[in-house]
Amino acid sequence: MLNIEIDGKSIEVEHGSTIIDAADKVGIAIPRFCYHPKLSVAANCRMCLVQVEKFNKPLPACATPVADGMKIFTRSKSAIEAQQSVMEFLLINHPLDCPICDQGGECDLQDVAVAYGVSGSRYTEEKRVVFNKNIGPLVSTDMTRCIQCTRCVRFLKEVGGMQELGMIGRGEHAEITAYVDKSVNSELSGNIIDLCPVGALTSKPFRYSARSWELTRRPSIAAHDSLGSHIEVHVKDNKVMRVLPREKESINECWLSDRDRFSYEGLNSPDRLKVPMIKHNGAWVETDWKTALEFAAGQLKDITNEHGGEALGVLVSPNSTMEEGFLAKKLANGLACGNVDYRLRQTDFRLDGKRLGTPWMGCNIHEIEELDRIIVIGSNLRNEHPLLAQRFRRAVANGAELSVVSPLDNDPLMDIAHKVIVRPNDMVNVLGQILKAMSGLQRLSLCLPPSLTALLDDIKVRPNTQAIAESLAGHGKDYDLIAPKVGIFLGNMALSDPRFTEMYSMAEAIGGITGAKGGILPAAANSTGMHMMGVMPSSTGMHARAMLEIPRKAYLLLNIEPELDCQHAALAKAAMEKAECVVALTTYKSQALDNADILLPITPFTETSGTFMSMEGRVQSFAAAVRPLGESRPAWKVLRVLANTLGLAGFDFESSEQVKDAIFAGEKPSAVVWRSLNNNLRELVEIQVNIKHDGLQRIGEVPQYESDPIVRRSPPLQKTKYNIKPMARMCSRQLAALDLVEGDHVLVKQDKGSAVLTVRLDDHVAMGCVRVAAAHEATIGLGELMGDITVEKLSPQQLLDINKNITEARA
Amino acid sequence: MLSPEATTKIDYELTKYPADQRQAAVMSALRIVQTERGWLSKESITEVAQYLGMPEIAAMEVATFYNMYDLSPVGKYKVTICTNISCMLRGSDEIVSHLQNKLGVGFNEVTSDGKFCLKEGECMGCCGGAPLMHVNNTEMHEFLTTDKVDAIIEGLK
Ligand code: SF4
Ligand code: FES
Ligand code: FES
Repeated sequence: MLNIEIDGKSIEVEHGSTIIDAADKVGIAIPRFCYHPKLSVAANCRMCLVQVEKFNKPLPACATPVADGMKIFTRSKSAIEAQQSVMEFLLINHPLDCPICDQGGECDLQDVAVAYGVSGSRYTEEKRVVFNKNIGPLVSTDMTRCIQCTRCVRFLKEVGGMQELGMIGRGEHAEITAYVDKSVNSELSGNIIDLCPVGALTSKPFRYSARSWELTRRPSIAAHDSLGSHIEVHVKDNKVMRVLPREKESINECWLSDRDRFSYEGLNSPDRLKVPMIKHNGAWVETDWKTALEFAAGQLKDITNEHGGEALGVLVSPNSTMEEGFLAKKLANGLACGNVDYRLRQTDFRLDGKRLGTPWMGCNIHEIEELDRIIVIGSNLRNEHPLLAQRFRRAVANGAELSVVSPLDNDPLMDIAHKVIVRPNDMVNVLGQILKAMSGLQRLSLCLPPSLTALLDDIKVRPNTQAIAESLAGHGKDYDLIAPKVGIFLGNMALSDPRFTEMYSMAEAIGGITGAKGGILPAAANSTGMHMMGVMPSSTGMHARAMLEIPRKAYLLLNIEPELDCQHAALAKAAMEKAECVVALTTYKSQALDNADILLPITPFTETSGTFMSMEGRVQSFAAAVRPLGESRPAWKVLRVLANTLGLAGFDFESSEQVKDAIFAGEKPSAVVWRSLNNNLRELVEIQVNIKHDGLQRIGEVPQYESDPIVRRSPPLQKTKYNIKPMARMCSRQLAALDLVEGDHVLVKQDKGSAVLTVRLDDHVAMGCVRVAAAHEATIGLGELMGDITVEKLSPQQLLDINKNITEARA
Repeated sequence: MLSPEATTKIDYELTKYPADQRQAAVMSALRIVQTERGWLSKESITEVAQYLGMPEIAAMEVATFYNMYDLSPVGKYKVTICTNISCMLRGSDEIVSHLQNKLGVGFNEVTSDGKFCLKEGECMGCCGGAPLMHVNNTEMHEFLTTDKVDAIIEGLK
């Protein structure tokens, strides 16, 4: 520890800290622009100059490490002179157009100029002008305002993983730009808006719509991926104007993914359902709540009375709150129905009843950074967990070795030490190879259960899996670790796979041998919470897939668009068509709900109070940020009143807090969570390692801006380059094998459904696979996300015929 | 596509740095490509960036920072005259106007036959020989007079 003095205050600081760290620690303000605690030090704005005893010129506080006995003055004559001069220099080329600048009112440059500058400028010459750049639909630029702090450049390079912006030119000609005409495509790009200390980078969707002092700030929790980011919802006139991150070091730090930041644009979509609707002779009629609820209750009651509770299927979105999930399940049970499920995109349910608890990520979010060896199975990290990916990136930058087993070879923008890119069906075998290789490594040769050992006999270890095994065991490129901290994680593609169970069991065995932390990376904001509350079938009930395979007479849908949110679009569609009655609690009117009979308008997360449980098991409640739009109501209230109308007992909750208390039976939530989270299996499942599979397999990835109904309606997110029309993407070898070239039209078929798609060369896709994005209108005719698929080339004539048929069918 | 000669030269430069720090060779690589092609087009910068496995914009930053990299065509001979303080005091202005009249082009312009381009340079660190200029970044001429300049240009024609 070093003893220093700042402005007469003595403090003790750690070796290696800088003056700015020390001053921040004791709350002494030093003005700054380029310095940011999460980014590397550039020391190029010079705003932080301070006087240090024994130095004859001011020093930049952000780049000067403290030394023992240092005496620092932040408000001495020399410091103030330095600050004023720097401020004057910074403003020389700044347009001072605050009245028309979106940053006005929350601008560091304004604040610092007022606090540390002088009242006038001596510069009367011409100012320079820098042309604005179009860097995409999310971030708007006014580059004349830029003060060249390079925070944006450093963020994209260090946190985003890809330097998409740079400072070209020199001196007076320096300017920030993307390469030639490229845009900034990072899925974390919104953060550069927050980072930019001036109004050079502002939010395109929010632009010119409100002043920061008109906004009320309401804390909330992000509702898309399962990270549970803390957000701040900014409200004006009862409308959500924008969403910003709320600092939470252990979860989202000070960042936010673009999905969580810009999804709010979907909240006020013209699609919003504002009044209850009932389908009458095939046409939708608006009605009041009482009629709608009574009608819905009557229908549900008639059907369950006549055919029993099993005639009903209840499908719950994993993006709904815990309160909503809990009530949906309670309501189903009240109707003697055990068919409840939130696992809409899961195919393989063989683990049901074999788990010891709720699966979760198996460690805390910040622990990822401390791992030495990581294996990620079946996940396109940046697509599924955009912000979490950044923690992995930091781990790798800290020296961790990352291994990947996946059907997709997308660049996670971090170094991959070892990878095996194979078709999903072969992943079980690959994991088996790793397991076998590990059990052969001396230090690790533990006893595996006999059933597994027997299995492994039939497996042939290849060099790349051997390398992964050695990496996980601690062998490294430069040196070996005796007891590496290992992390093992399964992502969305694994979760939707028809052989998820086997992958999971293999991963568990590998984890056991290496003493790894880890588990699954749940897909949605409340997947973990839904599992913990058991929003799943009873012992006799049907799971999500079965409910669609064996159509029910009635469905209750909570916050879903069946064709877009279920793993088997075609089945979902057919089941809804066939049902006698579909009651949909939904935020939006949607084509996907054309087959419903009753639409009950529920509010999105910003208009209701509720609770999400994150991937690390954190139970986070939030209050409504704005009042419900139109007649829509929070889903927990709708479910409660529906239950009351049905005459079910035990539904007299007055507030969502009461529902929460019921969920945790009055206990401390963390205590319940502590008991519930457990990734272990009660018994091993049957694993087959050598299943041959010759046909093509679909990789039905859900693009990140298609993941749930809100995101799908956010225009700015839909305009990013991630929103590409689904195509039949294959690697060059696969294209050659099928005699196809990029741009060809093909008919892809799954089960009975089909779609006409354009062929696209995508060398990230494993041989034997066709990547066809899901959750999109163009592919709702198709089946399982990770199921079998066939591809037929269409001649121009066939294509014409098909298009003609479609037009005719529409007419 | 970088020519085989260029890649051989770049590969040689790469041997000077650790294998995982290919980006370190960016200045040499840009120089090699510029020498071969006369100037650095966006495409050339992209090729260099790709060859070294670095973001294109980062290579662009380097190429735009140093004024010996030419981002537009400079003709066969690029004549750079130092106009900084020492050279100015020793009469660089006269040299500049003489050259401009003689060649009929201003700074950053190329003669119509595509042979000469004039550039304004910064201190070349040889103030002892002021006024001075160099040709194609590699050949320096000191103690310039208008006669000497004429002779040099004649020699290049
Ligand atoms: S655009 Fe903003 S963040 Fe980027 S360098 Fe300029 S002032 Fe800094
Ligand atoms: S904050 Fe220290 S130089 Fe910019
Ligand atoms: S000023 Fe011309 S070489 Fe130094």
